[in-house]
Amino acid sequence: MPLAGFSAGLVVCLFVGWLVFPQILYSEKTQPIDFSHKLHVDEVGECDGCHYFREDGSFSGIPRLASCVECHEEAVGEHPEEAKLVAEYVKPGKEIPWLVYARQPDCVYFSHAAHVKMAELDCVICHGPIGDSDHTRPYQYNLITGYSRDIWGWNIAGMSKNAWDYSQTDESGEVHIDSPARMKMDDCAICHEEKGTNDGCFVCHK
Amino acid sequence: MKMDRRTFLEISIGGSLGAGAGITFSPLPWKITDDLSIWTQNWPWTPVPAEGEVSHADSVCNLCPGGCGITVRKVEDRVTKIEGREGYPVNDGGICILGAAGLQLLYGPWRVPSPLRRAGKRGSGQWEQISWEDAIGEVVKKLAELRGNGKAHTVACILGSDRGTVPHLFARFLKAYGSPNFIRSASSGDTYELALGLMQGATASVAYDLEQASFILSFGSGLIEGWGSPVRVIRAHSMWRSGNMKERATVVQIEPRLSNTAAKADNWYSVNPGTEAALALGLAHVIIKESLYDSNFIRNHTFGFDDWGDFTGKTYTGFKRLVLTEYSPDVVSEITGLSRSKIVGLARAFAKAKRPLAVWGRGKGTTSGSLYECMAVHALNALTGNVNKPGGVSTLPPQLTEGWPEVYQDAAACSGCSMPRMDGAGTDRYPFTRCLPDRWPQMVNDKKNGTIQALLVHDADPYYTTLDSAAVAKAFASIPFVVSFSTYMDETAHHADLILPNHHYLERLEDVPTPIGLQKPILGLLKPVVSPQFDTRHTGDVIMTIAKELGGTVADAFSWEDYETLLKETVGDNWDTLEEAGYIEKTDYTPPAWENAFDTPSRKFEFYITALDQAGMKIGKDLDYLPHYEPVRAEGDPATYPLTLIPAELMRLASGAIGSPPFCTKSLEETELKGNDLFVEINPKTAADHGLTEAQPATLETPKGKAKVLVHLFEGIMPGVIAIPKGLGHAAYDDYLAGKGVNANSLMGVVEDPISGLCATWGIRAKLSPVGGHGHLG
Ligand code: SF4
Repeated sequence: MPLAGFSAGLVVCLFVGWLVFPQILYSEKTQPIDFSHKLHVDEVGECDGCHYFREDGSFSGIPRLASCVECHEEAVGEHPEEAKLVAEYVKPGKEIPWLVYARQPDCVYFSHAAHVKMAELDCVICHGPIGDSDHTRPYQYNLITGYSRDIWGWNIAGMSKNAWDYSQTDESGEVHIDSPARMKMDDCAICHEEKGTNDGCFVCHK
Repeated sequence: MKMDRRTFLEISIGGSLGAGAGITFSPLPWKITDDLSIWTQNWPWTPVPAEGEVSHADSVCNLCPGGCGITVRKVEDRVTKIEGREGYPVNDGGICILGAAGLQLLYGPWRVPSPLRRAGKRGSGQWEQISWEDAIGEVVKKLAELRGNGKAHTVACILGSDRGTVPHLFARFLKAYGSPNFIRSASSGDTYELALGLMQGATASVAYDLEQASFILSFGSGLIEGWGSPVRVIRAHSMWRSGNMKERATVVQIEPRLSNTAAKADNWYSVNPGTEAALALGLAHVIIKESLYDSNFIRNHTFGFDDWGDFTGKTYTGFKRLVLTEYSPDVVSEITGLSRSKIVGLARAFAKAKRPLAVWGRGKGTTSGSLYECMAVHALNALTGNVNKPGGVSTLPPQLTEGWPEVYQDAAACSGCSMPRMDGAGTDRYPFTRCLPDRWPQMVNDKKNGTIQALLVHDADPYYTTLDSAAVAKAFASIPFVVSFSTYMDETAHHADLILPNHHYLERLEDVPTPIGLQKPILGLLKPVVSPQFDTRHTGDVIMTIAKELGGTVADAFSWEDYETLLKETVGDNWDTLEEAGYIEKTDYTPPAWENAFDTPSRKFEFYITALDQAGMKIGKDLDYLPHYEPVRAEGDPATYPLTLIPAELMRLASGAIGSPPFCTKSLEETELKGNDLFVEINPKTAADHGLTEAQPATLETPKGKAKVLVHLFEGIMPGVIAIPKGLGHAAYDDYLAGKGVNANSLMGVVEDPISGLCATWGIRAKLSPVGGHGHLG
């Protein structure tokens, strides 16, 4: 009898912990525009066509509306998402409230220049083959911390995986990145340790 | 299955254990722990600048007369950091704590968000937001009414300084409108300016070549605490210490208290407070007696060193005789409490140094001080001939607003401007003094020169900074119309009827004249590095609008379209350079050579001030024409008030018109400010005599006021003396800034200097009585 109780408790709680809890912990938003990286990479070139370094070495991050306006002052095609871009953002001059999958908590200091320029890491190492994707995926965020799910990683157990391990190509050849990388402190630390770079606290926590 | 009690317990316990195991082997507890820790490290309510493009913009800081160059780091339009500007001639990358805290002043809750009209009783903090048109309209209506009734002279302006285009606009406004009452806030510069005027015939401010001096004798100047142009002086100080001028300079501090400057000096001499002039003259005695002075300078370029006779055959005592007869080391030792041998040793060391420099101006120089004391110290520089020379003291003429058209004064303006000033400056009694910033409250209270009907305050906080706060409050209460142009809700704004808030200094364009004490003229430029955060307006524009709306000759005096046009026109050909570089430095400026440096009646440096007679000041005794020691009494009866209270200025606190934001107050020691309770310093011996122990609550009382304080025992302060930090005890601003400690100015009174009428107060008699309890004030 106690064993039956134990098993029932165990099963229920394992179910809750593994399956119900992640459902409750994360909520989901869609990006304001369904953006095709693939299309733009073909048009504009490499990642740094839009995500460039400024003259002073700082990283521009997500392009501002001004970059979009350079080509999309008026719609150049027929795509409904482009029409939406022009009507809702370009015309009123409103910045697009992109949701940033890879944004670290504020207590983390991260320099793109140090990683991309000095250590010569490829964007894909951390961000996965996002340049191949045709659609933006949903942005999931943690209800306690408010941060993107990509930081912890999509594996609720916190198992480390690289972003590209999760990308899938469907029958039509479109690439989907369903469950991208982890970007926890351990992931930074592993690489820092491997490369023998400084892994003191103050490197990332100023 | 029958559910009996036993089965129930078995299932429950088993179930609980299973649940525990299930939860443990699921990610839930670990993930929640991690998330909570992330959450606590990034409280969502802690403001964090939004992500965005980082940029840097150069400007100048004007939170004190230091005029440092700054570089502002911004993320998009949000300022995130203020740093010292590399390569700026004043501070080359350095910044002080207040300058760095400029951010808090920009974004803090003490900003005045829009024009405000008082809605409740004065000082009740009840305001009504009004439009700029209404606010300006009210000022214009009141000023037009007063002028129409022949009362233009009852309007007064109090400003932080009289240098730069905006203060000049106010002065011009008063001239065209018809009032003589332009007042600038007190500083040691008031007295030094007068001393230079009398001894050298110069209309100028004092300049010290600190960087090249080899022996610095400071009469209580807080060289590290924020004296003159603070960052520049601290940089000079590190040069003296490190000897990167090849030789290490010697620094001697004369002060009754072990300040930071005293602690870092080669020698610290604690003298009885208020006797510094006697010490200077004692040093002069030794220098003259031992012929250590610069005889060439004295013989050829000074007047009144030796006895002299006029054309009637009457003879007058010279400086030499006065000093030799009256200020022997024994006498001076008696007055100052410094031993004879120290006086003699100091005099010799000073006079024999290559480039000795005696500097004057107590603390940060926020009070005016005694004229004779200033002259006595300045006389030391003359004795060593270290005037207008590298490593010496020189003068810097004011940067005038050349090219502004003359003001045409109509009848109302002429008659208004011919009335006596409300502070009595420039009258027969005080003919040399331009304004008496600490005297006006008493004059207004005594109704000496009539009443003040309207007061306009810009870039100053007289309600807080003027000594004798009770008299100031009374004077304010008697003024029917008070207008503040303050950016912040400071004490004066809090007690005003109308606030027309100026842009913050990071939001506006304005010239910054040469920082105080610098030996080369520099014109700096405040630039709007961030867009205005609130509905504020540039006071330069506002004052011009007021003038234009008043019409007639007042409007005619302001033909410029707006302030920016005026500034560009004033700077003239140099505008492009100024705008691009952010400053213009006249590196080739050198003070005039001795032959034509002195514009006194004798065309020489005057130890004997002949100008005093020319102004019709019949003083009588020879003594009064010479730098001498005339004790400035500390107010109060020694029987009732057995101790002496002096102000102490700290490097981590602003002690002028700008309140110290939390960035500064948080840096104070727990023996300076604990919670909201202020410590006063007292020597352990004196404390024991008065039954006081460390951290004990006590009542500090002076003839001017009373305050609850905590006692800090400090070996570094002279017995019998209490020191109170300046710059705390704000009552306005907001909860973060107000209510911390006590305003030292509220406990001090004004003691007038006999010649200048300026405030010569250095301290006041006080008593300190224990009130029981321990550790904090109830
Ligand atoms: S010393 Fe004065 S001018 Fe310089 S940064 Fe500090 S407050 Fe500003």
